[in-house]
Amino acid sequence: MARLTINGKGYDLDVDPQTPLLWAIREQAGLTGTKYGCGIAQCGACTVHMDGEAMRSCSMVVADAEGKQITTIEGLGQGGVLTKVQQAWVDHDVPQCGYCQAGMIMAVSALLKAKPKPTDGDIDDAITNICRCGTFQQVREAIHAAAKA
Amino acid sequence: MNEITRIDRRTFLVSAAAASGGLAVGFDFPAGGRGVVRANASTPELNAWVVIKPDDTVIIRMVRSEMGQGTITGLAQLVVEELECDWSKVKTEYPTPGQSLARKRAWGDFSTGGSRGIRMSHEYVRKGGAAARMMLVRAAANQWNVPASECSVAKGVITHAASNRTLRYGEVAEAAGKLEAPKDVTLKDPKDWKIIGKPMKRLDTLEKVTGAQIYGTDLKLPGMLNAAIRECPVFGGKVKSFDAAKVSGMKSVRKVVQVGDSAVAVVADTWWQAKSALDALPIEFDEGENKKVSSASIDKMLEEGLGAEQAFVGNDNGDAKAAIASAVKKVEAVYSYPFQNHAPMEPMNATALYTADKCEAWVPTQDGEASLAAVISSSGLPAEKCDVHKINLGGGFGRRGAFQDYVVQAVRIAKEMPGTPIKLIWSREEDMRQGRFHPIMQCKLTGGFDAQNNLTALHIRLSGQSILAAVRPAIVQQNKGMDPLVFQGLAKGGEHAIGYTVPNLLIDHAMRNTHVPPGFWRGVNINQNCVFMECFMDELAQAVGQDELEFRRKLLGKHPKNLAVLNAVAEKIGWGKPPPAGRFYGLAHMKAFAAYVAAAAEISVSADGKSVKVHRIVAATDPIHAVNPAQIDRQVAGSFVYGLSALFQQSCTVKDGCIAEENFDTYDSMRIAQMPKVESIIMPSGGSDPWGGVGEPTICVAAPAVLNAYFKATGKRIRSVPLKDHQIAMV
Repeated sequence: MARLTINGKGYDLDVDPQTPLLWAIREQAGLTGTKYGCGIAQCGACTVHMDGEAMRSCSMVVADAEGKQITTIEGLGQGGVLTKVQQAWVDHDVPQCGYCQAGMIMAVSALLKAKPKPTDGDIDDAITNICRCGTFQQVREAIHAAAKA
Repeated sequence: MNEITRIDRRTFLVSAAAASGGLAVGFDFPAGGRGVVRANASTPELNAWVVIKPDDTVIIRMVRSEMGQGTITGLAQLVVEELECDWSKVKTEYPTPGQSLARKRAWGDFSTGGSRGIRMSHEYVRKGGAAARMMLVRAAANQWNVPASECSVAKGVITHAASNRTLRYGEVAEAAGKLEAPKDVTLKDPKDWKIIGKPMKRLDTLEKVTGAQIYGTDLKLPGMLNAAIRECPVFGGKVKSFDAAKVSGMKSVRKVVQVGDSAVAVVADTWWQAKSALDALPIEFDEGENKKVSSASIDKMLEEGLGAEQAFVGNDNGDAKAAIASAVKKVEAVYSYPFQNHAPMEPMNATALYTADKCEAWVPTQDGEASLAAVISSSGLPAEKCDVHKINLGGGFGRRGAFQDYVVQAVRIAKEMPGTPIKLIWSREEDMRQGRFHPIMQCKLTGGFDAQNNLTALHIRLSGQSILAAVRPAIVQQNKGMDPLVFQGLAKGGEHAIGYTVPNLLIDHAMRNTHVPPGFWRGVNINQNCVFMECFMDELAQAVGQDELEFRRKLLGKHPKNLAVLNAVAEKIGWGKPPPAGRFYGLAHMKAFAAYVAAAAEISVSADGKSVKVHRIVAATDPIHAVNPAQIDRQVAGSFVYGLSALFQQSCTVKDGCIAEENFDTYDSMRIAQMPKVESIIMPSGGSDPWGGVGEPTICVAAPAVLNAYFKATGKRIRSVPLKDHQIAMV
């Protein structure tokens, strides 16, 4: 058993505490917006926030997430209102297949919290998610647009 | 929200068949019988493509798959152009391949590969839109008792100006559905297009930014269990034994099953538990003779093919061998291109539910009909008892079309547990090991010049793997053992025609197949052929001291569309003028998938030659007609991420018969910091030429443009991919 706080809501989950957080979020809490891409913290599709920091949830275990505030893509823009990052993504038509985009948006949201007006260099350093469709050109445009919004 | 997520398509078909009021008319595109379909009690079908609800919602049905390339948006534009409905009221829906089959393939080809989504269906989907419009107008005219020719239509509103009356599409859809489909349908002249050619926003973005879009891996069905699988990592090997008792007591493990003769799966409550049990399961494989194969042994086999007597001639004119023998100057080079994995972000997966009289699968598939065929063959049930529910893909790139191995696996597991839906997801490692790989190829190119430095002869000898020999052996048989696809970009004519005219030309292929299964990898054979051809063009030009652009221009005189894209990128990058300090340019072009494409790269290289920054790529595309320039722009920019990742970072090497690279740590993919600025030029030449695709062509020009620029920067000619093997990194 583990108790997790995800998107402000408490979850008592019947899960081995050594399970990767990603799979507890997806399979026990049932929040599938957070994606599995590699399982070894390379691609960033599983990015969530833990106490506001972007973390790759595939490579940390449930036990280490207990007592922390976890935010997933479903926890952004609650009540049908998009965050400025999500809105910039819509305005710039960023996603192609979209599979990596939840992780991308979580990584960008954490970056903008830490650096509200990131330079291209800041973006290059902070955003290391893989996108096989290759949306990077629109991602960069949308980050700058969200920073201005 | 996208309509496809809300409709139970099986119910839809059954209720459709039951609605016998004759209120809907099937319109027969591209082939097939008359069908009667109502999506539900209030939504009659105008034809296979168009359903209009009383509230004016327009549901456009399409069977090509959305995997990020924007095809559903482009197809909707094509239908709406002729339908003249309100774009803001458009929703899209996937009919199932089972429904299509039941209506004699009313929706035509489901296959979404080869950049075919739009270029191969534009005519019949536009006709579907036009026919629906004509029926709606006629229904309004009938109601008003006026000639249809006196009515006009715009944005889903029909107007009879003389009597100042209007009707909305939703008001006449029911009556229109009772009318006969028109026999003659005339399409608009392209100059009158209002929505085709416009940069419309994608129809499917919102759910992708909120995490709401359901991918195959996200699917939940009542009572569903999860499966993880391990197939013999040596292709062709078999399962010898496995000790299910070792894991059957683990928490939530429901079953350990052998799948076919080469794989073992664990079924558990959750996927993580299934995967953990699979990792703990002792499995012994009989790896067979292929265990002895390595990259070195494959390379040796291909090298032998470069000089082999027997080869299939794909393109020739004059007598290249004789002309080379008598040439004043001869230039020769050997290139190579590796195996590569598609590595879409979403690993292979499929969900299957089998009962004694029904088998359904939910599949992120590039070809619903291929998935259906896999369900039929692996379930053993007749076609009418099988169906496939398509799910939007988390990337495809050619892995999820012709190959349905994961669907077969899911059905086989589900057959062991009738009545229980089974979701099979591959781990990334399984996905990397069990790819259908970009074919491996070597190439020896020989050029001959006369005393005036004219290129008089060119021999291109390909040696390596044939995709069709493995995947479509019947086509190879029809061609007396030759794989015609291997000559993509180098062919005599057609959608992959070579642009250069050389008086004595020979392009031939020594087929050297390996035990590694090849596949259609985004761009397919143009990727290696463009590296070979376009790098060697630079080598030839440099051998006779000519400008690389001028040298090409002389050989492209008979192919003005090739020349036009090349000139466009050269002009925009500033070819012929000195580049900024420390910057170097490279060019490449090709005709591929009926589109003409070119790229000019601007790079800088560190002093030791080991770090390359690709600053900028100018890319031109002439797709003949451009349906959505904004989406083409994104496909082009994205193609360079795919192509440059492949050039710098990606190869699948063979060790002891298996693929050695198992995840993104050893099979890396470009990040945002490495992304060049992509400036795309979309230059549709129009007219009646077959339309070109846009999902793949520009991938192939990325690598040679950068390699040519690298030579300019360093004087070093790199002739093998990837550059990481030369300790050259993209920064």
